[in-house]
Amino acid sequence: MRREIPLAITFLTALIIIISFFIPHAPFGSMQDVSLKWYAIIAGFTMLLGVDSLIHMHYVKIKRKKEGWGYSLVLIIGFTLLVLSGTIAGIRFGSAFNLKSSFIYLYNYMILPLQSTMFALLSFFIASAAYRAFRARNLDATLLLITAVLVMLGRVPIGYQMWHSFPAVAEWIMAIPQMAAKRGIIIGIALGGIAVSLRIMLGIERSYLS
Amino acid sequence: MHNFWTIFGIWMAAFLTLAIFSFLYKDNPFYKFAEHLYVGTSAGYMLIYTYFLTIKPMLIDPITQQNQWILLIPAFFGIIMLTRWFPKIAWLSRWSIAFTVGIGTGLGITGSIQGLLVPQIKGTLIALHGWNGATLNNFLIVVGVIATLTYFYFSKEHRGFVGKTAKLGITYIMIAFGASFGYTVMARISLLIGRMYFLFHTWIPLIK
Repeated sequence: MRREIPLAITFLTALIIIISFFIPHAPFGSMQDVSLKWYAIIAGFTMLLGVDSLIHMHYVKIKRKKEGWGYSLVLIIGFTLLVLSGTIAGIRFGSAFNLKSSFIYLYNYMILPLQSTMFALLSFFIASAAYRAFRARNLDATLLLITAVLVMLGRVPIGYQMWHSFPAVAEWIMAIPQMAAKRGIIIGIALGGIAVSLRIMLGIERSYLS
Repeated sequence: MHNFWTIFGIWMAAFLTLAIFSFLYKDNPFYKFAEHLYVGTSAGYMLIYTYFLTIKPMLIDPITQQNQWILLIPAFFGIIMLTRWFPKIAWLSRWSIAFTVGIGTGLGITGSIQGLLVPQIKGTLIALHGWNGATLNNFLIVVGVIATLTYFYFSKEHRGFVGKTAKLGITYIMIAFGASFGYTVMARISLLIGRMYFLFHTWIPLIK
């Protein structure tokens, strides 16, 4: 029963979603929207599991004074700071997302700079990865290199200054060959997705229950 | 004129920005500090975000203000997801997982057909008549889509005509990956420019 009930739940839920797609009338019509809301609610609860796992791991590290435990303390302080400021803002303003709240202040001056700098840092690593990947060793690598350079030059003012047609070339690459390959990949993904979904729905694929 | 907290926030953001950039030299305590702070604050932010933008408006408010008792069903599934904390009854969490997988599966079928498959096929069924630039572009798209799909078709060995078509598919895929790479680089560079502008305009006003 411990496996049969989940399999039945998966099958019935998937079936309801499929029926609501083909019968867009009451009571089936709204079922897809309702299911998506329920999905979001359940996913919200799973957030607690993730946070618990993260905090527990770092708490143990601090408790056992493992190497780098001080950084774990920083992580927990940062977490507590955001949760406390969000809770206080929620009580004071009715929502944590009030622009005057300390929660938004911490988001603007702590999370936002950390996040954007972390991604900006990737531009340096992308450059070094590009050097390794783009060494034109064969036709395919050369095509990758030429296309990337053309797209980059087409998107910056200096490219336009070098040759006025660079933006048009970049636009053509994005609209024609890039679009064609992307479309082929998307069709492949869709067909694969449907096949996997059918396998899960019919109980052939059960790895999610392990 | 900035007040104290704005100036403090700018200095804090500048310190954290420089701490992250210090990784370009090598891994160091400043970077590790900023990295752990980022993970902790992001987890805290996501928890509050989930409560105020999902749980409260979709579950608590409709139940308490509009008596939508039907929402106790997802609440029940959400709560039994937490049984993973108790090993003896952890198997109950499979019901919630099964429910979410069921929704994902249903949407995987209908959403893939409606949102991906049909629009992409529809976009490929384009006019191929007349001798002009538009027809040539359309021809290149149709050939590219077929060639790319052939490359991912593994039920037949890639030899002869199929092999040549698959090879053309690789060419298209390489162009697409190159273009995507160029696009991603530009996005990252624009973020870098944004951080530099913050440092040299907002923090130290060297750029006007």
